[in-house]
Amino acid sequence: MSDEVQIDQEVFDRLVAEGKSERIARAKAKAASVRKARAAEGVALGPRPAEQAATALEEFRSSQGGGGGVATKTAAPADAGGAAGGRLTPDQRAARVAASLGNGGGESASMGVPAASDHTHRLLALVPPAGIQQVQSKQMDKVYTWPHLLLVEFVALLAVGSLLLVMSFFLDAPLGSLANPNEVPAINKAPWYFMGLQELLRYFHPMVAGVTLPGVALVLLMAAPYVDKNPSARPENRKVANLAFTFFLTFWGILVIIGSFLRGAGYEWVWPWVQGLGFTL
Amino acid sequence: MANKDLKTTVQDNVIWRSIFRPGSIYRKGYRDTSRDRALASMNNVLYHLHPVKVKRHGLKLTYTYCLGGLSFFLFILLTVTGIFLMFFYTPAAGAGTELAYLNMRELSASVTFGQLVRNLHRWGAHAMVFTVFLHMARVFYHGAYKPPREFNWVVGVILLLLTLLLSFTGYLLPWDQLALWAVTVGTNMMGYTPVFGDQVQFVLLGGLEIGPSTLLRWYVLHVLFIPFVTVIFLAVHFWRIRKDGGISGPL
Repeated sequence: MSDEVQIDQEVFDRLVAEGKSERIARAKAKAASVRKARAAEGVALGPRPAEQAATALEEFRSSQGGGGGVATKTAAPADAGGAAGGRLTPDQRAARVAASLGNGGGESASMGVPAASDHTHRLLALVPPAGIQQVQSKQMDKVYTWPHLLLVEFVALLAVGSLLLVMSFFLDAPLGSLANPNEVPAINKAPWYFMGLQELLRYFHPMVAGVTLPGVALVLLMAAPYVDKNPSARPENRKVANLAFTFFLTFWGILVIIGSFLRGAGYEWVWPWVQGLGFTL
Repeated sequence: MANKDLKTTVQDNVIWRSIFRPGSIYRKGYRDTSRDRALASMNNVLYHLHPVKVKRHGLKLTYTYCLGGLSFFLFILLTVTGIFLMFFYTPAAGAGTELAYLNMRELSASVTFGQLVRNLHRWGAHAMVFTVFLHMARVFYHGAYKPPREFNWVVGVILLLLTLLLSFTGYLLPWDQLALWAVTVGTNMMGYTPVFGDQVQFVLLGGLEIGPSTLLRWYVLHVLFIPFVTVIFLAVHFWRIRKDGGISGPL
């Protein structure tokens, strides 16, 4: 590394004489001298045929003693207990996952993969040990996005798409008479997702119901992850949070339902089965 | 098998091979191997929103109910149907020339599939508000907003707000009694914003009361400005899902 590569003066002079720039001439002359040195050592230059490359790789592997980032083979069909065509039965897969998650004993602290398991992921190859990134997270039970996840998504998309199409075929979107600013309709309601606010307007001053409360709700909602310091995601460990959120949703849902279905002309309380449904989507 | 020959001929075609990148299931030589499964999602512009591998528990329908994905699907559906509707709509409501309302009548009366597409747009919009709400509830109950996903939850709340604004601005466009008065209720509330109430209302309405300039203003907001902002936040939202370690859990 340290010794400077000498340039091949002969080549340099020739290239300069040919009118090449000095920079290019120097680079080419350097390369020429390296090639000459290699040839003197008897090293073959240029791309090697495939079998020769494979032999070189084998030599490298054996010289590294199986380490150095050479991928360990995954569980072979033979030791998977006669699985047909290399496929695992669900039991075998579960066993293998359990083993790699470290439930089967014999854990290796550094990688989160038991030393005894021959099912490992090595993401790097032919890298000096100092360059290997230590991945601390445990290996998880994962599946390929294609086809597994994409199939589920595709079916969900088709289901909702066809549901909407059928609904649109049979149910027409409402269209009232032409807008007239001088004629207030008897039933005057906001879209359903704002009915909670309109219902609140019934009980509070507009500045509270229309601006302050929704503003506070929105800020609280955004602040939730910073307020909720509980590290657990399990429902049994976060009863307060779930209760508070359920209360919030229920409260909101009740307001929307009252506003949408139980309010009629002049925004007075009505029973839909008596005075009809004063609600348009 | 003539069928098989045709398939091979098409797949060998130079244009076909240039379109479908290695790993595509439409490319010759796709095999159901780990490598090709990985390439299938890696080498596709749409699929690579997803990582190559996902946690197995996230596949269960009862974990996500696909709510985020469906919200996105509805957003796309609304964009497509919305563009169709734009061809037949003029946001004009001057006295005596209420083109907006006339266009709505013509759309259902004389445009092929006009009523159907408008229905799809209307019901799709309600459905999207609903799925976004449900998606938020699902994420909360799974505690999926916990570190490192706090910021993505905030982005999600902004997206919920944007969805509501998209739906609400669209509500005015038919320019019928229903639209006019529903929007009146909403904008009156905004007029009570402390300190700047009157100014907020003036900017939103483009005047002192709802009129032709409100319609034009909300039309531009509905078809251009809010979708543009939404797409930016959607991009951040999806990107953060992957950067924050994919789907949350298992519980």
